[in-house]
Amino acid sequence: MAWLTKSFNSSLGKKLLMAITGLFLISFLIVHCGLNATIFLNDGGVAFNEGAEFMGTNPVIRTMEIVLFAGLLLHIFDGLRLWLDNKKKRPVAYAVVDGSANSKWYSRSMGLLGTLLLLFLIIHLKHFWYFSRLTDDLTEAHTLYNEMQIVFQSPIVVIIYVLGCISLGYHLLHGFQSAFQSLGWNHPKYSPTIKTIGAVYAVVISATFASMPIAFYFHLIH
Amino acid sequence: MEGNLNLTLKIWRQKNTQTAGKFETYQVSGISTDMSFLEMIDVLNNRLIEEGDDPVAFDHDCREGICGMCSMYINGRPHGPNRGVTTCQLHMRSFKDGETITVEPWRASAFPVIKDLVVNRSAFDRIIAAGGFISVNTGNAQDANNLPINKDNADDAFAAAACIGCGACVAACKNASAMLFTSAKISQLALLPQGQIEAATRAQAMVAQMDEEGFGACSNTGACEAECPKGISIENIARMNREYFSATFSSK
Repeated sequence: MAWLTKSFNSSLGKKLLMAITGLFLISFLIVHCGLNATIFLNDGGVAFNEGAEFMGTNPVIRTMEIVLFAGLLLHIFDGLRLWLDNKKKRPVAYAVVDGSANSKWYSRSMGLLGTLLLLFLIIHLKHFWYFSRLTDDLTEAHTLYNEMQIVFQSPIVVIIYVLGCISLGYHLLHGFQSAFQSLGWNHPKYSPTIKTIGAVYAVVISATFASMPIAFYFHLIH
Repeated sequence: MEGNLNLTLKIWRQKNTQTAGKFETYQVSGISTDMSFLEMIDVLNNRLIEEGDDPVAFDHDCREGICGMCSMYINGRPHGPNRGVTTCQLHMRSFKDGETITVEPWRASAFPVIKDLVVNRSAFDRIIAAGGFISVNTGNAQDANNLPINKDNADDAFAAAACIGCGACVAACKNASAMLFTSAKISQLALLPQGQIEAATRAQAMVAQMDEEGFGACSNTGACEAECPKGISIENIARMNREYFSATFSSK
């Protein structure tokens, strides 16, 4: 198996790992976003709570939760490793860099956007994952939906969530199509479609997520 | 003269690889807009020599945009503000009178500065030597039509082979990555039937050498493709990834 670890420790292998874990997290976001969007049914959280109950008790989902955390940690570890490696490759910095002339700012700032996302994730997990999985506070009288209603009454929390969603949007805008390039899937027939889907995905996911705390804060849903 | 430029140049001066460098500021006046950027540096160097100073060392050879020697990082971009050209094909009409121009060498740990703006790009030679070759019979070349080659593949191989190894991709990349160069050198052979004999080991050997030389990983920003004077596409990087991963899982 030395050949495998050697390959995954090469510059190309690190990017492959980044792409695989990234696409896995992208697939998770579809489920997460789709389930949460049921709050917009405005049914007092009935559908949402049913979904949350299923996600919290189904053994397959609970196993996938462990895989999800493993994937997330791998993505963070690999990103950190790449950032540290890449930083060493230019010991004397340029005095003048005109980065916008040849690339998008968010493509050059994936490490920064990822760090912001991680900080947001810690807050986010504390709010809802910790509440529903590690405390006994989740009851039929106090559902996850009720908890969202309470948490999103704070304007500071809403602002943090919206900023987190903006970071997510830009991270995905580059990450989605970048993952396919790292996997070697660049083809004149498919790449334009992949880029379009990636852009639509990034905007739809981040905008849908951002609208949730806003909707709760302004009591647009009950 | 009317229409000529007076410029302030901030140029990186470094005695050798071991010593630290710093910027020196020079004023040049009466620069014709028809001059190439290198000719403008020639004017400065003539003056420095006449004044008994050390002229600015810079790489140059063909001065017609095909050799790739003229490595200069000008105002934050490799080969200056224009796309698809080397520094020798950059003309002073691209600058404004009174402008301050900052000129730096390619900056990468794999490209150590030899002197001033001259960097050592022999890391590229070692990447090619690691796998950028094919097996052929000695003796007379066989008839060209004996080897049918798909037109699209021939075109793509030719486009990849246009790489002149100037290193602008490394200079432009935020990670000082040599992926565009290495992938072009892999692609020009991987796309042709003559390149199939070593196909399984070529990508592995060249990528291993690329990593050993101290080039960074790819962030897929596309800066290399945008700054490449020969318009090498990052489709080649995707092809290198495919070659490398298929070799990883299929080679013995």
